Amino acid sequence: MDTKKILARIAAIAKKIEAEKDFLTQLDNEIGDGDHGINLSRGFKSVEEKLPTFADKDIGAILKGVGTQLVSTVGGASGPLYGTAFMKAGNVCKGKFELTAEDFAAALEAAVNGIKMRGKAVEGEKTMLDALCPAYKALKDGIDGGKNLIDALADGVDAAAKGVEYTKTIIATKGRASYLKERSLGHQDPGATSSLYMLQTALEVLREA
Amino acid sequence: MKKLINAVDAVEEQMILGLVKSAPDKLAKLDCGNVVVRAKKKSADKVALVSGGGSGHEPAHGGFVGAGMLDCAVAGAVFTSPTPDKIFEGIKAVATDAGVLCIVKNYTGDVLNFEMAIDMAGDEDIKVDHVVVNDDVAVQDSLYTTGRRGVAGTILVHKIAGAKAEEGASLEEVKAVAEKVIANVRTMGMAISPCTVPAAGKPGFELAEDEVEIGIGIHGEPGTHREKIATADEIAKTLLDKILADIDYKGREVVVMVNGMGATPLMELYIINNFVQDYLAAAGVKVYDTMVGNYMTSIEMAGFSLTLLRLDDELKKLYDAPADTPALKR
Repeated sequence: MDTKKILARIAAIAKKIEAEKDFLTQLDNEIGDGDHGINLSRGFKSVEEKLPTFADKDIGAILKGVGTQLVSTVGGASGPLYGTAFMKAGNVCKGKFELTAEDFAAALEAAVNGIKMRGKAVEGEKTMLDALCPAYKALKDGIDGGKNLIDALADGVDAAAKGVEYTKTIIATKGRASYLKERSLGHQDPGATSSLYMLQTALEVLREA
Repeated sequence: MKKLINAVDAVEEQMILGLVKSAPDKLAKLDCGNVVVRAKKKSADKVALVSGGGSGHEPAHGGFVGAGMLDCAVAGAVFTSPTPDKIFEGIKAVATDAGVLCIVKNYTGDVLNFEMAIDMAGDEDIKVDHVVVNDDVAVQDSLYTTGRRGVAGTILVHKIAGAKAEEGASLEEVKAVAEKVIANVRTMGMAISPCTVPAAGKPGFELAEDEVEIGIGIHGEPGTHREKIATADEIAKTLLDKILADIDYKGREVVVMVNGMGATPLMELYIINNFVQDYLAAAGVKVYDTMVGNYMTSIEMAGFSLTLLRLDDELKKLYDAPADTPALKR
């Protein structure tokens, strides 16, 4: 994955979030405070405006720039969480203009750990981690088993989609949905859903020759 | 959506500008964003107080900036925490040698954004600490939730910690008295009709004509349960019983706050207060002072919250200390 694809992926995330803004907000209305789509859309719109200034930068600098922009525009919990994720991923891609499958996995791992650290959360609490953790594991297993990035990431996206489904079956213990206790059952987590979108767009961009 | 606004994306800034223009000799807005500070910075030997949160809770928090209360309030988008860079600008603008105490309501977003801002301030050698307000008894405080939410009781933390800071107390002392308020203040709210976030364009939840949501949060987020609407006295009793069961108020003096959620007429708040006073008297709780009005709102939600603060001599004295802010004067 080179800088061009990274920039295309960021633009694709912005487009996807804009398209799904109302759906994400509706999911958040059901178990949260109904602003997830609105906040992410505001943040990624401003990231999109900044994209031209990232054009000649290395991947680490691009991801870090995206993270900083998200932190300063999204607000809510998802701003610091996604912002930290992109900044941490940027740290491990410092100076690189092309990511190998292993680099991509290392970046995703750093992003996931950043979210765990900032949110003091683990898997199974009905959060974005329920999409991201299984996705990372499937991606890593695929790469370790000799798969190329596209195939391994396809496994990761499948695992994330299953993770989103899984959030319907569990009670939230982190974030605002935790107050609902068993009333949060049956609802899919908006954060896990937006995380799935971000992984899906990476795969789509990679598949475009 | 029917609202008196000019443009959805101008709501927060125009609201803050309007607030500042209502008291131009006392308040100022920072150029970097929707950050309200006192027009005249307090002296370097006094602790500065910074609070903030999503917009839509007016007069909280900008309306409580002024002598005896906050030094700075940072407003995010409607119902969305402000971002760390703006909070950091606010902290920097009001920081004194004595330090800065941030008063944060317990929501994951507010806590995360304030923590990042406090890290940034710490990196620049600003002495800064924070407290997290969690007065809402409607939600369970346990390992399995994010903990209780911070709601209208936050205003009493502003008032009392603000008075302590004005006395010239150290950062540790101001923090300690804020923690004392947090340990002694409890709130519970309810709604009879929803509110609409301007950017969303439609109500965040729906209630049937004869239905109310008990234990609702200040963002319209679901509470403990829904039930058929009852009389004002019955609903007030439901909320009060939950508060009185949480900590022991018997024989103690309290401040009562009957807080409107935005679209509740004072007429109804007074009807509720009529019951609250009699009920507390019968329960052996002595009312030291009562506040009735809109302090921590949820845009145009109709409903109310009840707050009880258990007092001791120190809290009483600080509660009575002078304050001069747009939304609270004493």
